[in-house]
Amino acid sequence: MLDAEFFRRWMTATAASVDREAERLTALDSPIGDADHGSNLQRGFTGVVTTLEKEAPDTPGAVLTLAGRRLISTVGGASGPLYGTLLRRTGKALGDAAEVTEEQFADALREGVDAVMALGGAAPGDKTMIDALVPAVDALAESFAAAKTAAEEGAVATTPLQARKGRASYLGERSIGHQDPGATSSSLLIGALVEARDE
Amino acid sequence: MSESPGSTNQFVGIVLVSHSAAVAASVAELATGLAGGDTTAPVAAAGGTVDGGLGTSAELISAAAASVDRGAGVAVLTDLGSAVLTVKALLAEGDELPDNSRLVDAPFVEGAVAAVVTASTGADLAAVEAAAAEAYTYRKV
Repeated sequence: MLDAEFFRRWMTATAASVDREAERLTALDSPIGDADHGSNLQRGFTGVVTTLEKEAPDTPGAVLTLAGRRLISTVGGASGPLYGTLLRRTGKALGDAAEVTEEQFADALREGVDAVMALGGAAPGDKTMIDALVPAVDALAESFAAAKTAAEEGAVATTPLQARKGRASYLGERSIGHQDPGATSSSLLIGALVEARDE
Repeated sequence: MSESPGSTNQFVGIVLVSHSAAVAASVAELATGLAGGDTTAPVAAAGGTVDGGLGTSAELISAAAASVDRGAGVAVLTDLGSAVLTVKALLAEGDELPDNSRLVDAPFVEGAVAAVVTASTGADLAAVEAAAAEAYTYRKV
């Protein structure tokens, strides 16, 4: 079973991972974006950790809903409402249970990913975070480790794609050959599930 | 412009959200100036981030919407990308924006002028939204 503490560890591990990889995320965002993805997410998830420590929500749903709200209010770029919606919708889908099963979490995360697709209008293959999140959710029924691998492979697989959403889409064919920063940060978020489990 | 059948005593508020504080403020000034008259609908700019950089601030958007809310609804116009996504996410949140706030699908500058001019006649939110959206059909060539 997964409790509020697990989800708090997930957010803390994500913040640490984003900190470690911030320069890489920004570097990926330089040729096809506006070179702020690393710093935006760093600010966002640092804010999430601070807020969770201060308000100490006591259910899985409340942890993720609060984290999502915090991301929407602090990030300043498109990743804020997108990741914010992902976590908030996942949190709402978990309801107010004190503990949830991995299966319930997988179902809730799928609702979150669907909400992100509805918000941004992106589909698989558009070279976005969806290309990491959809395979991750599909693999989540198997294990967290499988989801991590699927997300990382999904992120790498965005390299030959042409961007169809966001600023990178203005570049047309010139977006080909660059790994998508959003898919990369999504693989960090999913990868942090494994760390949260191991702690 | 004739008065909308659904008009109320209160003005619809207009919020202009841009990645740039200068763009949002200038378009607000332009739209208000073109609306003319003694009394114009309340318009608030929510541009850039809180620290003055380029981007979108949920905090500035919420504050701007609250400042123009007269009870007749708030029409929110945005430029692109994170501005659109942030407003949509705030609307989905439920309690971050005044009741009867709406993201209006319109070109930013032309839509803002149409929205402020229309709102300043006392038109209701649906009429303001329709006028702003109609700006898409104005061809220049």
